[in-house]
Amino acid sequence: MGRLGWFAGFLFLCLALAVALGLDNLADHSRYAARVRGGQQLVRVLGLTDLSLWTEARYTRHLSQADNFAAFQDHPAALDHFPAGSLVSPPRQTATTRLTLIKKPGSP
Amino acid sequence: MTPSLKILDYALASLLRRKYKHLALLAVYTLTVAVLASVLFMTQSLRQEAEALLSTAPALVVQKLVGGRHDLIAEDYAAQIRTLPGVRGVEARIWGYYYDSLYGVNLTLLGWTSAQGETLELLRGQLPQQPGDCALGAGVAQTYGVEIDDSLVLVDQRNQSRIFRVSGIFSSDSQLLTQDLLVLGNADLRAFFEIPTGLAVDLAVQVYNPREIATLAAKIRQQLPATRPIARSEILHSYRTVFNWRSGMILSLLLTALLAFAILAWDRASGLGAAEKHEIGILKALGWTTSDVLQLKFWEGLCLSLTAFILGTLGGWIQVYQFGGGLLRPFFSGWSVLFPQFDLYPALSFYELASLGALTIFPYLVCTLVPAWKNAVSDPDAVMRS
Repeated sequence: MGRLGWFAGFLFLCLALAVALGLDNLADHSRYAARVRGGQQLVRVLGLTDLSLWTEARYTRHLSQADNFAAFQDHPAALDHFPAGSLVSPPRQTATTRLTLIKKPGSP
Repeated sequence: MTPSLKILDYALASLLRRKYKHLALLAVYTLTVAVLASVLFMTQSLRQEAEALLSTAPALVVQKLVGGRHDLIAEDYAAQIRTLPGVRGVEARIWGYYYDSLYGVNLTLLGWTSAQGETLELLRGQLPQQPGDCALGAGVAQTYGVEIDDSLVLVDQRNQSRIFRVSGIFSSDSQLLTQDLLVLGNADLRAFFEIPTGLAVDLAVQVYNPREIATLAAKIRQQLPATRPIARSEILHSYRTVFNWRSGMILSLLLTALLAFAILAWDRASGLGAAEKHEIGILKALGWTTSDVLQLKFWEGLCLSLTAFILGTLGGWIQVYQFGGGLLRPFFSGWSVLFPQFDLYPALSFYELASLGALTIFPYLVCTLVPAWKNAVSDPDAVMRS
């Protein structure tokens, strides 16, 4: 087998490994579905709003419930000091309406 | 064998001739792709999980704002909101945070009324049924070393110890939601935090028609101007934004690593070694056209970058889905003491994989083709003598 054959074989092997890994992980779907179903029930019954990923500060524990200026809430212009805060991008602020003032010709 | 395949074969031979140099480059390249792929896989899975779990969150959460900050809300507001058409129910919620200096953990304390009777799939034992009962997350149980029917001592607002009986423990499958959670009876929690009667932390609103949520939020905002209604879609949007791989800080840092790699590749490729220049000169002198030489360099670059991409992606997959993303957890956990252990389920779209491929393969190809082209268009004699 020439170099081309070896290279094609290597690519095929990688592809086979990718398919095997994918199937292995996706085979757990029933367990995942059960976990999500149970989690959704918990969220509904307890009225949870956030994931308990980052418990170090209230604005990282409850991201969706934090003030809009969460990173600066300790005191004005206070910089965010928790690493998790750096994962959150600033909200995109766009005005929904625009007010335009047009001067009447001849008016002062 | 077609001419293209012959050039590909020659490209493979050329890569193997300088195998140690190319192996070193392949290792760095693969590592760069693996780290990028790990971030991509982890954020996609977390985003999928967050969106699935929080799809049953309250339709609206109404907070009261005082001076731009979250404040306690009067339960009378609930009655006003209940009168709005389309509102199915309003529940005054009591919850808050508790810092235990002994263990250095922050807990989330949540009030619950026993009227909401439903067997929870992910709870061993039961939710608080009597005063003094509590249910807690697996992380809390592990930290305090308690089991069902054990006692848990917490210090309340007046610095007095209160003893709670553990009536239930949430299963480890719910760690993403309950890792730091401690559920107490509403009355117990009100007394614990000394929240006056008639006030609540916020209001959870349920609606009949999800399409009316935005309208109801606007009405609430209009009738109760000091409030901030947070819709479920905003909750989901928060998590979509957090786990958006394009806006993540980690990825920004990794992009600098990618840029550093691109500079390395450019430096390596632009400073074509004397042997490589000599080779190009000989090939040209033997009758290879500029396009043949470019094709050779293209195949060389593609073989190397494609191999690195495939190996890196596989490495990222194995790292995240087979080993639970252990290498990235320190980045994701931040300063969180009670960071949950969770299994990630694959969530990947063709678009993301193609973006990763484009981000890693094309820059390298460009970096290798441009200097090769500059040499290929030169006079063979001059190239060999230089």
